[in-house]
Amino acid sequence: MKVTLKVWRQKNGSTPGQFVSYEVDQVSEDMSFFEMLDMLNNSLVRKGEEPISFDHDCREGICGTCGLMINGRAHGPLKGVTTCQLHMRSFSDGDTIVVEPWRARAFPVIRDLIVDRTAFDRIMEAGGYISVRTGGAPDANAIPISKKAADAAFDSAACIGCGACVATCKNSSAMLFTAAKVSQFAVLPQGQVERKERVLNMVAQMDAEGFGACTNTGACEAECPKEISLVNIARLNREFLRASLAG
Amino acid sequence: MNWFFQFMNSSVGKKITMATTGLLLCLYLVIHLFGNLFLYAGPEAFNLYVERLSSLKPLVRVIEVILTLIFVFHIWNALRLTLANRRSSGEISYTEYQAHEVSALSSRFMGVTGSILFIFLVVHLQTIWYTFQTHHQEGQFYAVVTGNQVGFGNPVYAVFYLIAMFLLGFHLKHGFQSAFQTFGIRYNKYGKLIEAIAVIFWLIIPATFATIPIYFGFLKGGF
Ligand code: HEM
Ligand code: SF4
Ligand code: FES
Repeated sequence: MKVTLKVWRQKNGSTPGQFVSYEVDQVSEDMSFFEMLDMLNNSLVRKGEEPISFDHDCREGICGTCGLMINGRAHGPLKGVTTCQLHMRSFSDGDTIVVEPWRARAFPVIRDLIVDRTAFDRIMEAGGYISVRTGGAPDANAIPISKKAADAAFDSAACIGCGACVATCKNSSAMLFTAAKVSQFAVLPQGQVERKERVLNMVAQMDAEGFGACTNTGACEAECPKEISLVNIARLNREFLRASLAG
Repeated sequence: MNWFFQFMNSSVGKKITMATTGLLLCLYLVIHLFGNLFLYAGPEAFNLYVERLSSLKPLVRVIEVILTLIFVFHIWNALRLTLANRRSSGEISYTEYQAHEVSALSSRFMGVTGSILFIFLVVHLQTIWYTFQTHHQEGQFYAVVTGNQVGFGNPVYAVFYLIAMFLLGFHLKHGFQSAFQTFGIRYNKYGKLIEAIAVIFWLIIPATFATIPIYFGFLKGGF
């Protein structure tokens, strides 16, 4: 099949960008979206042009680096997948595909489709940890944890920090990400020690980074490749209220 | 007090202020509707109701001041929330953005529905509330509300009222359940109950308000 790509090209953060159109021929529907981009980049290199920069690492949906806005949908049109898990069979012959970087004030463009997501790292540094003695591996059952709590923590911990929640949110809010990271500790006994400071500091950092305030539109949940649920945001709100009111 | 300002200025605190003031306004809607329904009991009943209410003047004034403060807080906070969120989304917006695929229309237009509700509020106060304050003659209230000056006998006001009630329903379609999500009590054993009560607020209450201009304007031949 043959597709037309409209790709955002931008040299760096201080130069304005623009869309450039590329015709890509001989695309197989079994190709992944990135294999199609790789093929285009090879032909650009052969012509002596600058290849399109895009972020990727694992290409199997676990590292969270590969976020792209494809035809107005974060990680493309499918539910519960990352861009690297998207295949060309989701498109048809003759389609025009618009590819844009995540757009949010807190995620500035570095080059082409690559944005700087270190704001997420700073939110993690503000409280996304527990203080424990490291050393020899502890006995797995030393601290009793209910199956329910373990499952809830695991569901939250499935967040890969890809930023699709921010990208799709009309407020560029990082609530789903932050909520998942607060939740994964809040439901476990190991998370209790820093429970109060964690939520206050992580929310403060999220605000300082310039992310917007959640207005419960639910777009994040709909686009999250790991299907992190709004239950996490409800929990974050509860944790925040509790920590604030407890003075 | 420091924690209080930190709370109020944080993104989550702004949401909690939104939700608290929003739900208080919902409570007021119930009281307001209760009063309006006296219209259906006829002129004597309605006039008596308004006079009884006016005889509680000091209390009514205190409630009016509190209500005004709630409105001011709700609107001021909505304004700074909306503006800050617009700033957060950056200078360049998406060329292609399939918002309708991932979120409900009502959730994306809270600022718009709210702003039109604000215009309605001003007109409503200027016409009905202000006229009530200045028409002290006994037994005039029913005539004012159903008349063709500022009342539902005036097709312009009747239609505007209907539009406003539609938008109120739309505002609360998102707002009511959203407030409970903000308090962190949306996805638990109360979820179903909240959904059921939400229907009362976004559908039944605005629709009941809307029957009044329909009945006194369109059906009873007010115009
Ligand atoms: C008069 C002008 C009004 C304006 C400008 C306004 C604006 C807003 C805005 C911008 C929001 C936040 C949207 C969001 O968080 O998604 C909101 C939320 C809300 N509003 Fe209003 N509104 C107005 C009137 C009202 C009225 C009359 C009611 C009810 C009787 C109401 C009830 C609510 C509720 C329950 C919320 C939900 C809070 C939340 O999302 O957590 N509003 N309003
Ligand atoms: S919550 Fe979902 S969309 Fe947001 S960063 Fe985590 S995995 Fe990505
Ligand atoms: S490249 Fe790792 S998640 Fe897509």
